[in-house]
Amino acid sequence: MQLSEHLFRRESGRLVAALTRIFGVHNLALAEDVVQDAFCRALEVWKVQGIPDNPAGWLMAVAKHRALDIVRRDRTARTFASEFSRVLESEWTLVPAVEEAFAASTIRDEQLRMMFSCCHPRLAEDAQVALVLNILCGFGAGEIADAFLTGRAAIEKRISRGKKVLAGSKRLFDLADAEFAPRLSAVLRAIYLLFNEGYHGSSEAAVRLEVCHEAIRLAGLLLESPRTAVPETRALAALMSLHAAHIPTRLDAAGHLSPLVEQDRSRWDAGLVEQGLALLEESAAGPVVTAYHVEAAIAAVHVTARSVEETDWNAIVGLYDRLMTIAPTPVVALNRAIAIGQRDGPERGLEMLRAIPDSHRLRRYPFYPAAMGELERRRGDLDAARSYFAAAAGIARNTAERQYLQDRMRECESR
Amino acid sequence: MSQFVYLYRMADEARQQSMGTPERAQQSMQKWMAWMRELDAQGHLKDRGQPLERIGKVVRGQQKTVTDGPFTEAKDLIGGYTLVEARDIDQAVELSRGCPILEGGGSVEVRPVMKMDL
Repeated sequence: MQLSEHLFRRESGRLVAALTRIFGVHNLALAEDVVQDAFCRALEVWKVQGIPDNPAGWLMAVAKHRALDIVRRDRTARTFASEFSRVLESEWTLVPAVEEAFAASTIRDEQLRMMFSCCHPRLAEDAQVALVLNILCGFGAGEIADAFLTGRAAIEKRISRGKKVLAGSKRLFDLADAEFAPRLSAVLRAIYLLFNEGYHGSSEAAVRLEVCHEAIRLAGLLLESPRTAVPETRALAALMSLHAAHIPTRLDAAGHLSPLVEQDRSRWDAGLVEQGLALLEESAAGPVVTAYHVEAAIAAVHVTARSVEETDWNAIVGLYDRLMTIAPTPVVALNRAIAIGQRDGPERGLEMLRAIPDSHRLRRYPFYPAAMGELERRRGDLDAARSYFAAAAGIARNTAERQYLQDRMRECESR
Repeated sequence: MSQFVYLYRMADEARQQSMGTPERAQQSMQKWMAWMRELDAQGHLKDRGQPLERIGKVVRGQQKTVTDGPFTEAKDLIGGYTLVEARDIDQAVELSRGCPILEGGGSVEVRPVMKMDL
């Protein structure tokens, strides 16, 4: 029997969710201890006897037994989940209650409630994201620090502060709560940030790919439940699938960054493209067009074009116009200018780049000068292009970016 | 060939440290599988053995007093054992060096099985 790649990570989030249902969210630390103990016990047996046929079921059985032991031992000394206080008192009802907490549908719902609880408005967005990665995705502080290029100590602090807020709440977020709509937005936003960190982030490729997959998995969980499977969720899932389709080609064989226009389109993940397009179509059911819808639509135009030349730049410019009315950020304006440059030629693109109203907010963003450089190069002014690429390389955020921009710079010298 | 027992010892804290997070659990399990597979492939694995609970009782002396575990002051509890075959104790020790428990802060006690050559 082989060990599946992310067994412990997956099961960690599921088991903590089930145990929290019994123990109550104020006993989150206890739930985590039980999971930790279940891992140790499982490993000790598996190490000598080999991996069982159903390792996930095995871990769950260990956690379930341990939960029963703890409730029996501590029920007078400790308060568990308030909605279960009577149920846990009697042996007659205790066992079925614990069984029910570990049922597949309950675990799914509890994971959703946990996700919503992690996106508590009292927590900053980066803390919400770290908490989701830790509790639901089983990432350790070290792994999160790697993914976010942040110090481990800072992440640990973020997580422990977040858990304090969680443990301080009476119960996990209830999806029937009046606060549902704004909280769902926060959850989607956290997943979006998580995905972007994986997609654009500067850390090592393997970690980032996993972060992207986790973001897609969490969106999948939301899509399994009728309350959270709203058009906005589908649009976000579509957007992530379509972007994830080109992850395999974002870095070339030598580990160099490869921009969309230069990628080998035959290596894009056809399954993800198909999934993304289907989700995008389903996402059109609602009355509201969100930024996720428009971004997904832009990604869809790119992935369905066979080449850069065949790309419908007119449609893309139109979509960016639309996006500017929903989320007018300088990065959106920058991408719109680049699309206009593709549609109407480099002169016009440069004009639009210069016209970005709050371009000072892009001064740490290497792809602003890089876009200027690219259009100058296409216009034939290699000297100007070269100095823009040099400026861009000077503010590159990681080795892959720096390498790419320096290569571009050198290309302008050799001609 | 002679037989040896590997006794795996580990303190509670090291045990949780080395296996208690998803990341560590995954790594630890993979290393153990690789190590056991290697022992088996080279024909040294006689009996994979059994894991032992970290609790139990000790019955002691003529009074037959019964006390609860843990069993030693050192808290370095035996978590399991494996029976291996090796040329001599040197080879048994050499083979045990690959045991992942060492990286996690535990130890392997290598004990020859007593033989009666009559």
